[in-house]
Amino acid sequence: MNLAGFAFRKAVAAIITIAAILCVNFVIFRMAPGDPVRMMFKDPRVSAKQLELQREKFGLNKPLSGQFLAYINQLAHGNLGVSFWQKRPVTEVIAERIPNTLMLVLSALVLSTILGIGLGAMAGWVSGTKLDTFILSVSITLYSIPAFAVGIILLLIFAYYLSAFPLGGIVTPASGYAGFAYVKDVLWHMTLPAFSIILWYIGEYVILTRSSMLDVLGQDYITTARSKGIKESRILRKHALRNALLPVITLTGINVGFAVAGVIESETVFSWPGVGRLIYDAVSKRDYPLLQGVFLVFAVSVVLANLIIDLIYGFIDPRIRVGT
Amino acid sequence: MFSFLKKFKDFFLLLWDHGMGRIGLFLISLVIIAAVLAPILGTVNPQKAGNAEDILLHPSTQHWLGTDDLARDVWSQVIFGSRISLAIGLITALLTVVSGTLVGLIAGFYGGMVDEILARIVDFFMMLPVLPLMIILAAVLGPSLWNIVFVISIISWPTTARVVRSQVLSVKERPYVEASRCIGAGNVKLMLGEILPNVVPLMFAQAVIMITEAIYSEAVLSFLGLGDVTRISWGTMLHFAFESGVMASTPWWIGPPITCIIIVIVGFSLLGTAISDVLKPGYKETKGF
Repeated sequence: MNLAGFAFRKAVAAIITIAAILCVNFVIFRMAPGDPVRMMFKDPRVSAKQLELQREKFGLNKPLSGQFLAYINQLAHGNLGVSFWQKRPVTEVIAERIPNTLMLVLSALVLSTILGIGLGAMAGWVSGTKLDTFILSVSITLYSIPAFAVGIILLLIFAYYLSAFPLGGIVTPASGYAGFAYVKDVLWHMTLPAFSIILWYIGEYVILTRSSMLDVLGQDYITTARSKGIKESRILRKHALRNALLPVITLTGINVGFAVAGVIESETVFSWPGVGRLIYDAVSKRDYPLLQGVFLVFAVSVVLANLIIDLIYGFIDPRIRVGT
Repeated sequence: MFSFLKKFKDFFLLLWDHGMGRIGLFLISLVIIAAVLAPILGTVNPQKAGNAEDILLHPSTQHWLGTDDLARDVWSQVIFGSRISLAIGLITALLTVVSGTLVGLIAGFYGGMVDEILARIVDFFMMLPVLPLMIILAAVLGPSLWNIVFVISIISWPTTARVVRSQVLSVKERPYVEASRCIGAGNVKLMLGEILPNVVPLMFAQAVIMITEAIYSEAVLSFLGLGDVTRISWGTMLHFAFESGVMASTPWWIGPPITCIIIVIVGFSLLGTAISDVLKPGYKETKGF
């Protein structure tokens, strides 16, 4: 299959998934007990007549099919409703949080990928030694511990007891930092949240790179390279690692969805003003429109990220285009 | 029956011989002991709030791990929490493995439409961010233990179905299945009599993975405030401690639930790793069994 056909098929699959997500999102929130209008206007003095007017305004007196069309129509206009808690448009509330989350998640993912591949390759290269056993068992343990537990432990040790890092937030309040000092302050605040994601995430990369490395090292071309007298360091870089990396790239694609969990947990623990913390706040305030909006943003961005990674992978490795 | 016991013993010995398996079994047995002996070990009712002067007490001979902000005994909460963790893990694993195996068996055996639909559902769930989906479902359904079980199960069964399906695809081509068909076995008999027994080891491995994931998910959902407050789990304890704002000065309150969550999850995931190693073809021979 050529690249254009492959890209087209992947794009169609992504669009179908997004359509399904929209349906799921609509159905789940119709299952919610209670009256949404009553939840928005908790004041008992609001009269039944006024509630009825509000229901009409939001289209809640229409049948489900009509509500669904209205929902899709609103979405197409970029309207995700009004947050009960913040009393302003959901799109606005989410949009201002997105840069913070992207900054945190991208730096954590890049660092954990690099560190994970490095440590995994090292463990695979020296497999069977004490160092290998050590790296592997630490990885399996870290991989099993939930990100919020890692976060709380880091928070208690490094922020509370050692006071080396801030307790939470993104900048020191009322500090008036500008320019370079501001950037430094943000990075200082980001260290612990990023590390709680990195520590939780790195294990999987180490385990996979190590086993992929072991597969490659058993191949004939490695023996050939050795018998030709090529330097060990060159074999590691040019022959082994390069081929061991293919499955790791696939993992990056599968993992985007999992990474979201780490972001939600870490942002919650460190009060990082991102979309992950927003989902926690929306839950504690029972703010359904906000919750619905955040879920939609997470789900659609994961599908799009997957699509991009699929396309890159199809471009790098032609075999994939035939396989799927 | 006797041969079954022998097989089980062999399998157990292989796991015990596997370093990770041994550590995993040890950690899990700690949790099981706590759950079984909970009424003896946890002397105080974990839900019972105490007097105002008893809040946030340091550990003492009366309250081994001190008290929380409602003067509830932390030691008893931790001990009884093991029951919730194990219950959620076991019930969810049972539900997802049984339903996943059923769907996987039918999809793999018959192929066609059923298989196609299953593939689409699995793809859909693979693409979705699982935790946000669990969060919105749990938030909409309301906080209760059964809702958490339902939420985790409804999202996790397709994984098992997919794993079982691919195993069924390889088993159904084997000669003895063909032989059984030749002597007149019907589809149901083939599925239950010939194919299912070959899927059982895989179901066992999958059950341990599901237990780990269910316990993990319950801990996260409860930590985020979606847990059942009438049955305090370790995740709920962390939620209360985190929300109280005094967790730094009360290590006796926040420390035990974190330790327990780590023990139970690491225990099951080490056991899971060991089981999948032991089930790999050829593992038994290399160990000289």
